[in-house]
Amino acid sequence: MIEDSPSALAERYGLIRVGLRPRFGKYLADTWRRRNFARTLARYRIQSENERNRLGMAWVVVKPLLNALIYGLVFGLILDNDSRPENFIAFLLVGVFVFEYFGNSIGQGSKAIISNTRLVRSLSFPRILLPIAVVLEQLYRMVPILGVLGVLLVLFGEPVRWSWLLIVPIMLMMSFFNAGVAMIVARMSVHLRDIKQVIPVVSRIMFYTSGIFYSVDLILAQRPDLLLIVHLTPVYEFISLSRNALLADFPVDPSLWLWAGLWAVGTFVFGVIFFWRAEERYGRD
Amino acid sequence: MDVTDEEQLMLDSGTRPTIIVDDVHVRYRTYASGKPSEGGKSLASRSTRGVREVHALKGVSFTAFQGESIGVIGHNGSGKSTLLRTVAGLTPASSGVVYAEDQPALLGVNAALLNELSGDKNVRLGGLALGFSEAEMREKYGSIVEFAGLEEFIQYPMRTYSSGMSARLRFAIAASKNHSILLIDEALSVGDKKFRKKSEQRIKEMQKAAGTVMLVSHSISTILEACSRVLWIDKGNLRMNGDPKEVCEAYLGHANQ
Repeated sequence: MIEDSPSALAERYGLIRVGLRPRFGKYLADTWRRRNFARTLARYRIQSENERNRLGMAWVVVKPLLNALIYGLVFGLILDNDSRPENFIAFLLVGVFVFEYFGNSIGQGSKAIISNTRLVRSLSFPRILLPIAVVLEQLYRMVPILGVLGVLLVLFGEPVRWSWLLIVPIMLMMSFFNAGVAMIVARMSVHLRDIKQVIPVVSRIMFYTSGIFYSVDLILAQRPDLLLIVHLTPVYEFISLSRNALLADFPVDPSLWLWAGLWAVGTFVFGVIFFWRAEERYGRD
Repeated sequence: MDVTDEEQLMLDSGTRPTIIVDDVHVRYRTYASGKPSEGGKSLASRSTRGVREVHALKGVSFTAFQGESIGVIGHNGSGKSTLLRTVAGLTPASSGVVYAEDQPALLGVNAALLNELSGDKNVRLGGLALGFSEAEMREKYGSIVEFAGLEEFIQYPMRTYSSGMSARLRFAIAASKNHSILLIDEALSVGDKKFRKKSEQRIKEMQKAAGTVMLVSHSISTILEACSRVLWIDKGNLRMNGDPKEVCEAYLGHANQ
């Protein structure tokens, strides 16, 4: 009986395939409808971490402060050379604090699915909410971090200026970029667990090449080709724009805004599509 | 597809199929250092790369119809829970297809939420993941907590709960929504006697509202009472599919050998 083939039968009664990834438009609509899940998850994660540590929320700020202290000691005092710009401490603080957002997003993003396998297996919801929740969580953490950064900058002699407000659109662009990166690494580590081990190395490379404790322009002054490449790296661009907004004497080429925006939109769109294309794969071991 | 005579009769009489499972295989890959997935050690085979493959379902086919409640029986690790998770679309089939009228909902004791968060936060998150709005959750919150009977403990992290308490909470969250295809994995055996009575009552309500119910249970009496058809899963194969009394007798006869 040919008409009894399962697919024909399913079609006749209007049954749909289970476990197939939904069409892209429907997927986006589902995700948008449940956006509160990502927001609430991000908020609860921060709360529960704070409850368990004695210093609580203070750790969010203390960790990048300690990092800045270490790099300040190593690169400011021990390895003293002429690659350092004016007001090195303020320059370093902005670099370390802004990089923190990227480093945490890529690190936690790589674990967004694989450390939530049990949750993924027990409830069906658009999985993309998990890497989004990771980046939202990091964004919420950036609020006190940036507050402390502002206080430190004033302490180290930077004037408070209206341009500080530009940090809001910069962080917004960076959030889209980070979310795209988190989606990409979240899917990649599902296919290949080893990715999780490589992420800290990638993060480290980004840290050392993004000119956080040295001025790229001073070091690469003789190599315009390399300088151009570094100027086009996204993390460098977000850090440079932040320095431009927060530091009194840090001019940047206005085209950086355009490049940063393109990176943000491009990475985010690619990340969403890349993540969605394996939707039915998540939860399988 | 192998269609049993019974299923063919239902089709011929024009009864609407709600779930079609067509030659479904499920293979898990787990890493030797990780925790073994469900499906059991007996089915595990070791490959040279330290990756173990577990063949949990080996070609299962059946069709479920509107108004049916189908029991699933079998030994531990035979693939019952895997079958339900595959029908729910939570565990993808390695090959074969599952068709359903609507997104099936799985009520299971193994359903995990976030252990580091308090019960109260898990209720809200679970509801949002099920697709309730914040306003709906505010409305339902009280009845979920009351149903779970956890009013005093709801502020503590779920990792401090006993297994019975967390199972009750998970059931209460999942049962807060009416579903048209309902898959129940051992949820009837959750908790103490009082809770079991309450949850049986709730499941009956949902059975009436739902088109089709599938039920995994180790309790043969529950299966005989609640089901109009029974599937016997043995080592990943569908061994029998038919009249509850016949299948259960064959299963018990096999188990006592």
